[in-house]
Amino acid sequence: MAKYKTEPLKCWAKAKELRDKYYQDYATAHERGGIRWTGGAWSFDAIPYGLGDDVYPITGEPYAASIAFNKEFSLKCMEATEAKGWARDLCSYMRNYWGSMYLNKYNFGGPYPKPTFAFQDHICCSHAKWYQVVAEHEDIPYFNIDVSVGPYHLIKDNPQKIKYIVDQMHESIEFLEKVTGREYNDDKLIEAVKTDMRSTSTWAKICELNKNVPAPLEEKSMYSFYVFGTLSKAKKEFADFYDELYDEVKDRVDRGIAAVANERCRLMSDTQPPWGFLKVFRYLEKYGAISVGSLYTFGLVGNWEVKKDGTWGARETYMEKGIEINTRDEALTALADWTLSRPEWQHFYDPGLKTEMMLRIAKEWKLTGVMLHLNRGCEGLSTGIMENRLGLVESGIPVMTFEGNMGDEREFDLGRTMTRIDSFMETLDLEPISAD
Amino acid sequence: MITAGVDVGAKTVKIVVLRDREVVATAKDLSGFDQAKVASELLAQALEKANVTQGDLAGICSTGAGRKIVSEATHSVTEVSAGAKGSLFINPDVRTVIDVGAEEGRAIRCTEKGKVEDFAVNEKCAAGSGAFTESMARALEVDVAELGKLSLGSDASVPMNAQCAVFAESEVVSLLHAETPKQDISKAIHDAIASRITSMARRIGLNKEVLVIGGVALNVGFIRSLNEAIEMDVIVADDPEFVNALGAALIAAERAN
Repeated sequence: MAKYKTEPLKCWAKAKELRDKYYQDYATAHERGGIRWTGGAWSFDAIPYGLGDDVYPITGEPYAASIAFNKEFSLKCMEATEAKGWARDLCSYMRNYWGSMYLNKYNFGGPYPKPTFAFQDHICCSHAKWYQVVAEHEDIPYFNIDVSVGPYHLIKDNPQKIKYIVDQMHESIEFLEKVTGREYNDDKLIEAVKTDMRSTSTWAKICELNKNVPAPLEEKSMYSFYVFGTLSKAKKEFADFYDELYDEVKDRVDRGIAAVANERCRLMSDTQPPWGFLKVFRYLEKYGAISVGSLYTFGLVGNWEVKKDGTWGARETYMEKGIEINTRDEALTALADWTLSRPEWQHFYDPGLKTEMMLRIAKEWKLTGVMLHLNRGCEGLSTGIMENRLGLVESGIPVMTFEGNMGDEREFDLGRTMTRIDSFMETLDLEPISAD
Repeated sequence: MITAGVDVGAKTVKIVVLRDREVVATAKDLSGFDQAKVASELLAQALEKANVTQGDLAGICSTGAGRKIVSEATHSVTEVSAGAKGSLFINPDVRTVIDVGAEEGRAIRCTEKGKVEDFAVNEKCAAGSGAFTESMARALEVDVAELGKLSLGSDASVPMNAQCAVFAESEVVSLLHAETPKQDISKAIHDAIASRITSMARRIGLNKEVLVIGGVALNVGFIRSLNEAIEMDVIVADDPEFVNALGAALIAAERAN
């Protein structure tokens, strides 16, 4: 008999519909006189929304992850990219995306929809070069904002560092006006910045609910929801969806609804998963184990802060704090300040900061152990991961590692990974409670 | 109590039959294409040697890469648990187990109570495994059994890349073209494997005593290079290939209790 009650999430259909609409809206934007642009999931996507209500982004990482899930097409993309002379050890998202561009095929049907411009920031070196290559291949203009001002704890009281970014943002608006011929609307920018804050803070609130035992969500499902923050943080429909999702997950907590009916072992993962092999997360259930999230799932788009009681909670938005945003400069300053505090941006400067956050999650989310994906596909998020492992192990937290690649299935071995999980479960004294 | 451990490895199947924690029979054969059939036939042979029938067994525990295809098994555990159990049975002072088989190399850290505290396994690469030595022996045109002995005749230190078996093989060919003596190349090969295994083992922490198990433990060249790399003397298990099967048989006995 199951330990906890469980039931499917009600918002699945809406999530799928929103995601499909996002990709179709992008593909058909020009038919409606709209603007298409491309950039990373971490770009300041609130800024282009000042160009109008008919501006549609396609962010490279989730698009490339959706290609990775389509193994046959992904392989073609990889081969097309390698045929152009690019090395196989580059970012696998980038290679999937470039392959789609080189093959002129869109993962959702039809030709690759050429963007009007590329708009990115330089938190990750691969990201900066990624869209440079896109811009050169597609002959489109490209604007990149350098954000290398250090981790947030060193900059939040250092206005000149924020100003360095805000000055570039002002320049970026001049760029956008020039390349689109449109007049920029500051009211739309202000609204988009507020929406970014709302969506990323609400996502953190949703993740926070997973501190409960049993966890109302498991990580495989969370991937289907966190993605909206990577598609467009500043899109009102997505922020509204997160509000609905929060209500549903809160209701599950109140009624004791579990994601995994026999939850008895709580884990977290790290970095992007091997997207073509998400069944690994289902395999855990054989042991009553659940991945309740990760720094990646929580902090890639979610914004967090340390609360008065010392625990991690969703960062309060400017609106919640009663801080007004009335001008372009105030909006850009708020956006820079808000974005720079994102947890997953911090460890680009120091893996020790990541270890601290992982230890916090392990404690506050009541974890039994950790599964680290040694992800060959992402240099940015994998840097320092063995340092993180050491920090966790030295704190007495059991850690399992497995090697793979988020976007290149040729570098992942499902059978061996499942055996690795079996070994890890044995070390935790867990016997299977259901058959394979 | 009589139990059996069946280790279906990438290259060979090994069986150990235990009676009251004493080994009464062992058997070994190549895994071949039909591993399930080989395992069944080999189990029957081992039971015959022990003069018992399958009905006399209190349990059969399988382990190894093919552990799930053993239809006779009453239990199944991974090589990590089986290796730790077998190693501590052989020597209760063991705290680190280094297991180098045909396809995988792994390091296991154990507590004095025999619990696995941490483990590391080589990733999607043959460079730290028996398959690597076989490939290098082919490149040197010597029998794999002779490869280790050959390296003992050298004190040279020839740097070699062991991060990839394919690149390493081309390096061996280059060294041959440079007329490097075979014994020096052989030592370079074993130093390279030992370096890779040591790097993996240091990840989990190397604590004395260190027991080496798996087929590659029979390679004297590898053991010398490993001793140098980890800067301590390892213990080589008697019949190192059978330790995982032994551990599985012991686990079968524990479960039967």
